[in-house]
Amino acid sequence: MDTVKITSPIEAKTIEELTVGTPVLISGVIYAARDAAHHRFIQALDNRETLPFPMKGQIIYYTGPSPARPGRIIGSVGPTTSARMDGYTPRLLAAGIKAMIGKGSRSPEVREAMQKYKAVYFVATGGAGALLAQSIKKVEIIAYEDLGAEAVRLLTVENFPAIVANDIYGEDLFEQGRAQYRRWGK
Amino acid sequence: MRPIVPKLREIKASDITETVAQLCQRANFELDEDVLAALKLAQQTEESPLGKEFLHQIIENAQIAERKSLPLCQDCGTAVVFLEIGQEAHIVDGDLYTAVTEGVRQGYTQGYLRKSMVSQPFSARKNTKDNTPPVIHTEIVPGDRVKIICLCKGAGAENMSKLAMLKPGDGREGIIDLVVRTVDEAGADPCPPLIVGLGIGSTAEGAMLLAEKALLRPIGKPNPDPEVAELEQELLSRINDLGIGPLGLGGRTTALAVHAEVRPTHIASLPVAVNLQCHSARHKEARL
Repeated sequence: MDTVKITSPIEAKTIEELTVGTPVLISGVIYAARDAAHHRFIQALDNRETLPFPMKGQIIYYTGPSPARPGRIIGSVGPTTSARMDGYTPRLLAAGIKAMIGKGSRSPEVREAMQKYKAVYFVATGGAGALLAQSIKKVEIIAYEDLGAEAVRLLTVENFPAIVANDIYGEDLFEQGRAQYRRWGK
Repeated sequence: MRPIVPKLREIKASDITETVAQLCQRANFELDEDVLAALKLAQQTEESPLGKEFLHQIIENAQIAERKSLPLCQDCGTAVVFLEIGQEAHIVDGDLYTAVTEGVRQGYTQGYLRKSMVSQPFSARKNTKDNTPPVIHTEIVPGDRVKIICLCKGAGAENMSKLAMLKPGDGREGIIDLVVRTVDEAGADPCPPLIVGLGIGSTAEGAMLLAEKALLRPIGKPNPDPEVAELEQELLSRINDLGIGPLGLGGRTTALAVHAEVRPTHIASLPVAVNLQCHSARHKEARL
């Protein structure tokens, strides 16, 4: 499948064109947030407080980077397991998030919410944090600095490689891929 | 009668600290040759084009990590330190566990590695900020040397570990069923292709430790017992028939190897522990 270049924030029309298995190169701004930050997003929503960034049209990247060496902007920055964010995700999709980047499959609830709110899920190569760091051009901590590696970071990325694993049409690349290559326990 | 004075070889605590600090960094920057070789072989045999691409990225990642002293993965792991202490070795000028802990602190700080340890795990989850404490396993062995192995264990794979106290009657088939089911349910989350560590026998905690130690064996080196080696091979083939593939998006390479360690157990027991290792299998060792 041909690689599609997309820019973030992401437009509704672009989302419609993305189907599972499509390799993408993402440029623009994305937000790094994982477990502890998600917990606080939900607390903020519960308390009707302002979220640290407007979520409409944005991409969340599930990652907690390693520290930057002097003279560099970031350390390794690969995806973490998305399933741990499943419980929080439907409410963030309702708040306007249009795409997530992570590794591993999503729960049925998240997949339903993706269809409902027209959002997609990208998989980046787990355990390739040094490689993925090469696509990060700028880093700024914008919230929850006390969380260290788990603080919310605004990342400016250029040609960040990922693949569409769930689209707005309810397809799932994990299921498709496994069904294609499974020989046992069918 | 003259008392027998054992000839003890002295090893300075500060040398242990320095060695642990270096091992933690090297483990995070340099993927071992056996892992790279297994990944390269998988890249040739993998049938899924997407799986091939992921394996290519994983290999390229290892090259970038080593060249730039960047961690292979942002999850630089829990530092699990195995100490094999010769009974004629004498640690001087400091306390052994303090020395190891200090080595982890220095290694993770000097190497700009991510600090992932939190205290009060069920409540405050406060980051200790230097990746301490390590998990330390000590074994007393013959000789006067100290062997130190640092295993930097990522949580994605560790989280998928399992212990089952099978019934003796479950036997070999029960083990196969448990292991294959564990890998199947873990799916994409532990970052396949995996190395599957198994501990069979002993007690509950003994089996878990065996499973983790099994991960330290060079990739694909079979257990010396032919019966166990055959079980390893059958499991590897069954696991790779699951179709999970690199990163769980389908393919033939779900595991690079299965390593099993077996010990005697109680007449009423058949403990089986499964410890999964992601493709970023990071461990380094040194002998002092």
